[in-house]
Amino acid sequence: MNNVFVYCEIEGTTIQEVSLELLTKGRKLADQLGVQLEAVCAGSGIIGQVEKQALPYGVDRLHIFDEPRLAPYTSLPHTDILVNLFRKEQPQICLMGADVVGRDLGPRVSSTLHSGLTADCTSLEIGDYEDKKNNRIVKNLLYQIRPAFGGNIVATIVNPDHRPQMATVRSGVMKAEILDPDYKGEVIIEDVSKFVPEEDYIVTVIEREVKAAKNNLKGAPIIIAGGYGMGSKEGFDMLYQLAKEIHAEVGASRAAVDAGFCDHELQIGQTGVTVHPKVYIACGISGQIQHIAGMQDSNIIISINSDPDAPINQIADYVITGTVEEVIPKMIKYYKQNSK
Amino acid sequence: MKLKIVVLAKQVPDTRNVGPDAMTPEGTVNRSALPAIFNPEDLNALELALRLKDQNPGTTVTVLTMGPGRAGEIIREALYRGADNGYLLTDRAFAGADTLATSYALATAIRHIGVPDLIVGGRQAIDGDTAQVGPQVAQKLGYPQITYTEEVLACKDGKIRVLRHIDGGVETVESPLPCVLTVNGSAAPCRPRNAKLVMKYKHAKCAMEMTEETPYKELIAQRPYLQLGQLTAADVEADLEQCGLSGSPTKVKQVENIVFQAKESKHITASDNDIEGLIKELLANHTIG
Repeated sequence: MNNVFVYCEIEGTTIQEVSLELLTKGRKLADQLGVQLEAVCAGSGIIGQVEKQALPYGVDRLHIFDEPRLAPYTSLPHTDILVNLFRKEQPQICLMGADVVGRDLGPRVSSTLHSGLTADCTSLEIGDYEDKKNNRIVKNLLYQIRPAFGGNIVATIVNPDHRPQMATVRSGVMKAEILDPDYKGEVIIEDVSKFVPEEDYIVTVIEREVKAAKNNLKGAPIIIAGGYGMGSKEGFDMLYQLAKEIHAEVGASRAAVDAGFCDHELQIGQTGVTVHPKVYIACGISGQIQHIAGMQDSNIIISINSDPDAPINQIADYVITGTVEEVIPKMIKYYKQNSK
Repeated sequence: MKLKIVVLAKQVPDTRNVGPDAMTPEGTVNRSALPAIFNPEDLNALELALRLKDQNPGTTVTVLTMGPGRAGEIIREALYRGADNGYLLTDRAFAGADTLATSYALATAIRHIGVPDLIVGGRQAIDGDTAQVGPQVAQKLGYPQITYTEEVLACKDGKIRVLRHIDGGVETVESPLPCVLTVNGSAAPCRPRNAKLVMKYKHAKCAMEMTEETPYKELIAQRPYLQLGQLTAADVEADLEQCGLSGSPTKVKQVENIVFQAKESKHITASDNDIEGLIKELLANHTIG
C-alpha cells in the first residue's frame, strides 16, 4: 500500500529507456518516503523477458500483464489495468514517460481515478505543502516541477488530496542507473481478464511502422547544435564536417528546424530532445529559454555567436565571438593539426 | 454518412512569440502583453472536421470553447472557415480549472448540446502543453480515443480509421464511433477564412459580448445565426464541486520566472590564435578527442 509505481513502456519485449530512467527516480523517491517501488509491465510475450530488465533498478514488486491483445498499446486495456490495479494497491505516486504512450494513457487514468496528473515534469522532489486556505500542512508530497507558458516560467504542482499523485517525465530528463544487478524483487503474474473487460479491446491497430531513431542525440557525449544563425541547409553541412572530425552528433534549435535548415528529429529543447552531453557546442544559437531548458545540464557549453550579447553566452563556459563561417573551419583545421 | 462533429478549441496567449514585456517584474505572466490566438493545433483539428464535412454531405461541425467572453472570437474564426455553429462555455465557476476540471466541464457541455459521432481537438494547447484534455473528455464520456492523429483515412459504417504518429513511426488505428481524436500540428493546416462567411458572420456575437455600444443589435436580433451559443455551468447542469478550482486535484504551489545562473565565461575571439588555443586546451583536458 502507498507505494511508488512506475508504468513501464514496452516495445516488443524491451522496456523503453524512459521507463528505466523513471524506475531509477522512483527508487529514490520510494527510499525517501520509506516505501516500496513497484513496476507495471503490460504487453505480449513478456513473461520471462521483462523481469531481468526491470528488477535491477530496485523494483520490489513487478506486476506483469501478458496477453496478445495488450501489444501494440491501445488506450483502453492499458487504462483498465492501471485503474483496477491502483484501486487495489492504492499507490501514492505513479510515474510514466511523457511520450506518445504515457501522454495518451496518463490523462485517461487520472480522469478515471480523479487524481491529479502533471505532464512533462523536468524535476520531481518530495516536500511539504502549506495549504493556507485550509490552514494545514500536508507532509511528504510529490513536487511536480515543470515548465509552463511556453517555457517562460517554472511551476511546482502538488496534489494534496488525491492519490495517486501522477506525473509524466520526458525521456532523457532523468538518468537510468542500475541499483543492483541481482536485486531480489517479487514477480506477480496478473490475470489480465480480471482487469480488462472484453469489450474494451475495441480499438485495433491495423498497421504499424516503427523505425529506429536516426540519431543518438540523447546518448551523445559531444553535440554540435546549429541555430538560425547557420543561415541555411548548407550551413549545417559545415556542422556535419566538424561533427565527423570530433565524433559528435548534430542537433538544432527550434528556429533552425522551423526555418527548414534541418530535420525536426534534431530539435533540442523543451519541445524536442533533452540532452546532457559532456560538451555542447552551440553555433549561431541565440538561446531561447525553450532551447536552454533542453541543454543547460551539459558539462561544458561552448557558444559561437557573432552577437556578444546572445542570451546563451550567459550559461556558456566558452564564448567565441565571431561568425560560424569563420570559426568552424578554424576549429576543424586546428583539431586536425593537434589531435593524434 | 452524416456526422455530428464537435471541435474543441481554446483561445490561448501566443506563448511562441514572447517579448521582453511578457513577464511582469514580479515574475508573473503579463497576459495582456501576449496576443490571444486560436490554439494552433485546434486549427488542425478544425480542418480535419471540415474535410469530413466536405466528404460527408449533411455533416455538422460545432465548435465548443471554454473561456471568458472574448473567447467568442474563437467561434467566429471557426464560422469564417466553415463551421456550422458554436458554443461558448463560460462561467465564474469554471475559473482556475486544471485539465481534469476543464474536461469535466467540456464533457458536461457536450452531453447538453447532444451526443456527437466524433469529437476532435488539438493534441495540446500552447499555454499548458499538457495534452490531457482530449483523453480526459473521452474518458468522461466513456468514448475511445485516438491521440496524435495525422489524418483520417476512412470514416464509414460507424467506424473511423486514422493514421497517427507514435514514437519513431506511424500507426493505422481503427475505432468505433463515437470517439475522440486529438490532432497534431503536422496534420493538414486549416483552410483560410472564406470571404463570404466573414461577411455573413462578422457581426455574430454571444450574449456576453453584447454591450450598450454593440452595433447592429437589431440585425443580430433578427438573424438567429448571428447569436452565438453561450452556456453557463447551470445551463449544462454541472456539479459545481467538480468545476474550477474545487474540481482540480492539482494545485500550483509555486511559480518561478526562469533565471539561469550566469556562469563565469571565458571569452575568446575568432582569431587563429584563440581558436587553436581553445582546441589545444579541450584536447589536453580530454574534453574532446
